[in-house]
Amino acid sequence: MSSTVTTTPPTETDLRPRRQESLSGGRKPGWVWIAVLVGAAVIGAGLTLLLAEGFPIAAFLVITAILYVLGMYVATRAMENRRRATDGLWRNLVWLAFLIALAPLVSVLWSVVATGLPTLVNNPHVMAYDMQGVTGVDDSNWIDAGTPAGELAGGFGHALVGTVVITLIATIISVPIGMLTSIYLVEYGRDGWFSRAIIFFVDVMTGIPSIVAGLFAYAAVTWVLEQVMGSRPEALQNVQMGFTAAIALSVLMIPVVVRSTEEMLRVVPNELREGSYALGVRKWQTIAKVVLPTAISGIASGVTLAIARVAGETAPILVTAGFAVNVNWDPFDNWMTALPVFIYRQLVAPTSPTAADPSTARAWAAALVLVAIVMALNLLARVIAKAFAPKSGR
Amino acid sequence: MSTPAPATARESSASLRGSRAGSAGDSIFSGLALASAVVILLVLAFVAIFLVSEALPAIRPGADLDSPVDSFFEYVWPLMAGTVMAAIIALLLATPVAVGVALFISHYAPPRIAKPVGFVIDLLAAIPSVVYGVWGWLTLAPLMVPIYGWLNEHLGFIPFFAGAPTTTGRTLLTSGIVLSVMVLPIITALCREIFTQTPILHQEAALGLGATRWEMIKMTVFPFARAGIVSSIMLGLGRALGETMAVTMVLSGGIFSWSLIQSGRNQTIPSEIALNFPEAFGMRLNELIAAGLMLFIITLAVNMIARAIVNKHKEFSGAN
Repeated sequence: MSSTVTTTPPTETDLRPRRQESLSGGRKPGWVWIAVLVGAAVIGAGLTLLLAEGFPIAAFLVITAILYVLGMYVATRAMENRRRATDGLWRNLVWLAFLIALAPLVSVLWSVVATGLPTLVNNPHVMAYDMQGVTGVDDSNWIDAGTPAGELAGGFGHALVGTVVITLIATIISVPIGMLTSIYLVEYGRDGWFSRAIIFFVDVMTGIPSIVAGLFAYAAVTWVLEQVMGSRPEALQNVQMGFTAAIALSVLMIPVVVRSTEEMLRVVPNELREGSYALGVRKWQTIAKVVLPTAISGIASGVTLAIARVAGETAPILVTAGFAVNVNWDPFDNWMTALPVFIYRQLVAPTSPTAADPSTARAWAAALVLVAIVMALNLLARVIAKAFAPKSGR
Repeated sequence: MSTPAPATARESSASLRGSRAGSAGDSIFSGLALASAVVILLVLAFVAIFLVSEALPAIRPGADLDSPVDSFFEYVWPLMAGTVMAAIIALLLATPVAVGVALFISHYAPPRIAKPVGFVIDLLAAIPSVVYGVWGWLTLAPLMVPIYGWLNEHLGFIPFFAGAPTTTGRTLLTSGIVLSVMVLPIITALCREIFTQTPILHQEAALGLGATRWEMIKMTVFPFARAGIVSSIMLGLGRALGETMAVTMVLSGGIFSWSLIQSGRNQTIPSEIALNFPEAFGMRLNELIAAGLMLFIITLAVNMIARAIVNKHKEFSGAN
């Protein structure tokens, strides 16, 4: 199994002469899979009725799939040979894996769209309003109004503002550091021990749990404020702000930017650099005017993907930016709420503990908006990579 | 090869000929690049230093802990056990499916649908964790209740399925399932990349010798990709260990228990931090940061092992 050399040649028992009469000899007829499928469905239905109360569709599908895969193996083994049966078994299992992977994706997207869209369509103002002054009474009234309910109180406009501000600052911090680091890795530190160490630690950094990044930002800002303001209670009160969250997100964002930019710079052909040097252009100008413009589409798409990743982060913002109910544009003063944190808080601590439905509705609507933003950024990254790709001379 | 580049280069060199800004620019630029690289190393070092210094008050022996336990170890081990259990469940469920999907994209799917499928799997990775949390809590957990009842009824003799089953579905097993959905795209993406890099000549040679498609994959693709598969699983493990929101929202946590189907049992480190940090102060804060340090150490070790495997086999796996 480990190398091609040890492969056993097809043995006589596997390929019996009577099955080699023609190219199609020894093949099972085309209708076999339908027969096996029908058989599996019938037995599957029987087993489902026997094992579970009622008739859960999911259980029926699972049992039928297992029976079908086993049945096809047995049928192929009986009609053809063991090797073809094994081949068919694994092909079916791979297809099954694909279908299994598809199920949660469809389920996630479906529940977000189906639950979030009605709220968003009926109450488009939730994207603009904040939660200031919204109390449990408003939510109870909304429920008492029955269906079709009136206007849903409040919204997540402040959370959208928070997400934009925090992500923007994180981007401003991360992109220069990340890009310059990858320039160092590719253009200056030619595979020395130092650049290899940086590559290794950048890889390690991509694995930092997001909550640890949040704890780091919290501890770091606490330390700085205590140095500046002394160990007074005011220092601790000021730790939780939008900027702290931006630092936490930068810790998560920098390694992503470094890796994607590095990859893009490495594929810039060396002839371009050499041509530039041959004309007496300095190294930094070569990088700024020849290398970067060539790779800019890939870099921009990598940065967009990094933004999409941190825009959806919850945990680091939860521990660093607190939770606000009003719009706050100032990242250095007071608490700030981001969209993911808003979703979390609306579900965990509904505005009206006794009537949670309006909060749940707001959370689903916000989840839909968040998914839409992240998907849009992902698509944008693809468009950038395609549209601004350098035209190859070859 | 490309005529425009020399043209722009000539232009810029002409405009800057004889200027002294050029040589200064060179050293400034390389200095900036080096400084950024150093900043990254410093950040990582600071993460470790800050966590250790804030955690020390809680870790040192005889600390006056906020939680009703005698030592920090007693506080943190159930959390670590819960974290590892959830991550193992996630990997056990995700790995076979992820490798299968990667094979599907690289070797089984018709070329027309292989690319869109890869794109869709990437989208799965892009969905924010809080959305998975909402989905796991409100959609998946209720669906799991009858399954847990069935497991308890028929397999209750296994410790994992013992005890009165949940009525809400918010258990460690549900968290593990949500986590498996989240690590699936990571493992798939890495495996797919390695599988497609298997030398075509090896594969054609195997097919030419009469191997079936599965035999070809077993003989050429898997030996080539073994290191890459292991490291992709490790990276998935790192993600599953550190994932916060999905577990925080899905799991209704509590004391340690072997049972995976009871609510109010088990807790993971990230979710313990997220749940308690906003209201914590004083020693409780140190405790939580110390728990975070433990998580940091575990994930750091897992990620370093994974990266070391990748680097060791770089020349023929390409999983970087």
